[in-house]
Amino acid sequence: MNAIGVSVPRLEDDRLLRGQGRFHDEIVRPGQLWLRVVRSPVAHARIRGIDVEAAAALPGVVDVITAADLAGMPRIPVRQPSPGIDFTPYLQPALATGFVQYVGDPVAAVLAEDPYLAEDAADLVALDLEELPVSLDARAGATLRPESRPGESALVGTVDFSYGDVDEVFATAPHVVAADLKVGRHSGTPLEPRGLVAEWNARARRMTVWGATKVPYFNRRVTARMLGIAEHQIHMLESDAGGSFGIRGEFYPEDLLVPFLALRTGRPVKWTEDRTEHLIAANHAREQEHRIELAFDERYRLLGLRGEAWLDTGGYIRTHGAVVAALTSALMSGPYRMAACRSRVHIVTTNKTPVGTYRAPGRFQHNFVREHAMDLAADRLGVDPVELRRINLLDGGELPHRRPLHVFGAPMLLDGKDHLEHFDKSREIFGYDTWREEARRAREQGRLVGTGCAVILEKAGLGHDSAVVDVGVTGAIRVAMGGANVGQGVETVMAQIAAEEFDVRTESVTVVLSDTDILADGSGTFASRTTVVGGTAVKLAAEQVLAKARRVAAGLLGTDPDRLVVRDGGLEADGEPGRRVTLGEIAAASFAPPYVRTGEEPGLIGRGTYLADAMTYPYGAHYAQAEVDPGTGAVKLLRYAVSYEIGRAVNPALVHAQLVGGTVQGIGGALFEEFPYDERGMPLATTLGDYLWPRASDLPEIRTEIFEDSPAPGNPLGVRGAGEGGTAGVGAAVANAVRDALRLTGTVGALPLLPDRVMTLMKSQDDDGATT
Amino acid sequence: MKPPPFAYHRPDTAEEAVQLLTEYGPDARVLAGGQSLLPLLNRRLVRPIALVDVARLAALRGTGRQDGALRVGALTTHAALERTADPHVRDGLPVLPETARLIGHLPVRVRGTVGGSLAHADPAAEWCLLAVLLDADLDVLGPEGQRTIPAAEFFTGAHRTALAPGDLLTGVRFPRPAATAAVAEYGPQRGSLPLVAAGAEIVLGPDGRIAATRIALGGVEDRPVRSGTAEQALLGGVPEPRLLDHAARLAAKDLDPRADHRAPAGYRRDLARTLTGRTLAASLARSTARLQEATAP
Repeated sequence: MNAIGVSVPRLEDDRLLRGQGRFHDEIVRPGQLWLRVVRSPVAHARIRGIDVEAAAALPGVVDVITAADLAGMPRIPVRQPSPGIDFTPYLQPALATGFVQYVGDPVAAVLAEDPYLAEDAADLVALDLEELPVSLDARAGATLRPESRPGESALVGTVDFSYGDVDEVFATAPHVVAADLKVGRHSGTPLEPRGLVAEWNARARRMTVWGATKVPYFNRRVTARMLGIAEHQIHMLESDAGGSFGIRGEFYPEDLLVPFLALRTGRPVKWTEDRTEHLIAANHAREQEHRIELAFDERYRLLGLRGEAWLDTGGYIRTHGAVVAALTSALMSGPYRMAACRSRVHIVTTNKTPVGTYRAPGRFQHNFVREHAMDLAADRLGVDPVELRRINLLDGGELPHRRPLHVFGAPMLLDGKDHLEHFDKSREIFGYDTWREEARRAREQGRLVGTGCAVILEKAGLGHDSAVVDVGVTGAIRVAMGGANVGQGVETVMAQIAAEEFDVRTESVTVVLSDTDILADGSGTFASRTTVVGGTAVKLAAEQVLAKARRVAAGLLGTDPDRLVVRDGGLEADGEPGRRVTLGEIAAASFAPPYVRTGEEPGLIGRGTYLADAMTYPYGAHYAQAEVDPGTGAVKLLRYAVSYEIGRAVNPALVHAQLVGGTVQGIGGALFEEFPYDERGMPLATTLGDYLWPRASDLPEIRTEIFEDSPAPGNPLGVRGAGEGGTAGVGAAVANAVRDALRLTGTVGALPLLPDRVMTLMKSQDDDGATT
Repeated sequence: MKPPPFAYHRPDTAEEAVQLLTEYGPDARVLAGGQSLLPLLNRRLVRPIALVDVARLAALRGTGRQDGALRVGALTTHAALERTADPHVRDGLPVLPETARLIGHLPVRVRGTVGGSLAHADPAAEWCLLAVLLDADLDVLGPEGQRTIPAAEFFTGAHRTALAPGDLLTGVRFPRPAATAAVAEYGPQRGSLPLVAAGAEIVLGPDGRIAATRIALGGVEDRPVRSGTAEQALLGGVPEPRLLDHAARLAAKDLDPRADHRAPAGYRRDLARTLTGRTLAASLARSTARLQEATAP
């Protein structure tokens, strides 16, 4: 029983390191056709006509479809409705209908015998488009009523999580500090672009789909409804995936087109997204413009926060609905003591790629906005930025702390131990005071070095998931769970949780994820929830197996079930090691009439479903030390560190890996990654030459510390999610370090801090210096 | 990400290549290392009807001396120059291996060629900058035979050169050693083409004053440009930091920088000043060291 808490090597690595991964692109079916999506070359237009004749006539082309071939089919629904907002007019059809809303909007689909021909044919599809004015700024465009959505406003809705009498607080507050800040458009851009293979077996009347990730069960339900076939006719199979980060695996237009065309042609259909497609078709994220005000009393205590934001959702509302806006708004107050908070987020359509949830959605943004404003406030109030945070962090005497809000239907209960203690402890471990001293000395020598920190409130463990665990007559243990393998090591973690229950080696457990034929329902992998929710479901299912095994073994050993203990994959009478049966022997016996007669499912099978009543709220702190090159504006990170309260780490090495990987992605969004558009709505970053991923040479050593001070009270494992805490605070800490390095009197204004923007900041600072 | 159909030829001699290029005319492309052409093909941004793959032409590979000049064959890879043991390069033009190291990542340097880069004529490409800085001559084999084009006339715009249909770039000649030349560049990420690159050569006279100098900038305008005003300002001067800074300012002031989504014009000018200053300082350090070696007892 010592599998949990151990950094066992990942079960996935053997196959991945040997090139035996099961990625969708390796699926090749006999008679397979290749799909190529024809995409809008303009940002906003009325579709006057689409001529597919030349494309269809090309030898080797099997089918060409447009929206006309999908008549009557519903639009892609949202996964999570948002009370008070009707998304219907903003949902995306699988192929553009009447109008195109962004460059990349799918307008036609071509099927051909090989991928080269498919692209040749796609070139021959002639689009007759009447261009319309484009909107590219959510704040300026919030009042537009675009003619492509008759009767509808560009403002989809406003999400508002507020409590307390904010205006009263601000009317009487001794100090108010305000800032306008923007977060640029970037996204989770997995190494492996998307792709799907679907095959219709006419004899079995079943569809097999390879390549679904993140939420295969939801996608199966949507596919069934849109195609008009039964869910049980669709078999979604687990695959490896080269990253998801929240954006891969949502139900996109291509997720309908591939199975639709397989059904229509009776031949297997494959689609593999190329990088340029990926950068304009898969969900973008993050782009928000914020106005924030903080109110303080004379003793630097936060009295309230007022925030308003405009979220650029792009051309349509995709499956997440208003989740990004909700998570921006609901957690805006962070880990601080605060009597009143108003946080509104306006969701506005523009003519850009639609956005979705990307690792730490909403939190990357609001942590940047709030924590950067805190540093600005510290300067204005004349107090040290660390001290300002210490004064306002919720401490052990105040936790658990109830915010007077409901998030996703549940009360918002901050369930941690002590935010102040965490901040003090992690600064001590990382030696943050020394970092600050180093920076000060470097500045004395004329270098532009600065430090910044940020405290974050995270959230994890939303909703439910299910698992089934079975043990066969050979003693082999199989775990099937509804989450998805997106490269994060979930297979290993689920095996550890089962191995702990059965007292076996982790590598002896077989884990199957998101196979819809083995497990009838699951929820998927998102929102740092898989270990919390899916892991608990696995534990519950394993407990059920053991309960049955105890009853059977008690009969076999002639003892009381309560006297049996689990040891080394078997049950034995406590204190009598010789009196023992193995799980395999118990499984074999369980098929005998006395045990079947009980009415239970025969065999050693256990099923578990776990519903988190409310999210758990992990927390952490980010620290950065940065140097700016005065000649180029380049920001070099000299040091970086993250601390994180995990509750309980099932596999500490994997938690560290999540934090490091998350931090690297956060650094991308803070310094490099951006999707710019020209004034006509043409995307300008369509290759990795222009969309800049952080490289190893751009990174400092990233130190991580995981704390297990506060096991989550809401679940039996005590675990809190690990997936997003590494990303959530990076924009904030990096911006604060750059602001410190440049000794800015104002804010950095916007992320990412690309060198030309940093150069402009330096010049504006010089100008300020000259005039004051 | 799949190219449209094209004809493919792999000739055994340069003459045969020129013959094929002449037959196909302007719609044919020369394929060397493929590091620029293949991505363009796969994205369907160029649609040649034929590719003439010159990779087999061993005669176009490697470095050698020719009438006091250093000749670099068009098919010489960046990696080959980076690692060269040729003393004419190591001693006479150390800036060549140093610059090679700045290009792309190792897999790009192993495949990409000097001639390919020159013919592709990206305004920010390092070899184009060095060719202009050091007054290189480019050797071309065309339908009418062999001819030479000076670097100053070779680059005619962004991705435009004096090469005509049927022409094959066979090599580049650096006419004299330039042991003190240096290059500095900056882009947001190493391994990508820089936003701006600067090259400089300072030669000190026995009196310690600047006896000769050259400055060139890439990535700022549509082709690499020399900075005559800054060069004039340095000539005959005592090489103090203030003078170098003055020259760097002049070099930046003279420019008409392009603006695109990667950088606004003003930022390119800022970088031009910074990088000119840095490359002048690097070249001066080399020149000073040589002067001290020469005068050492």
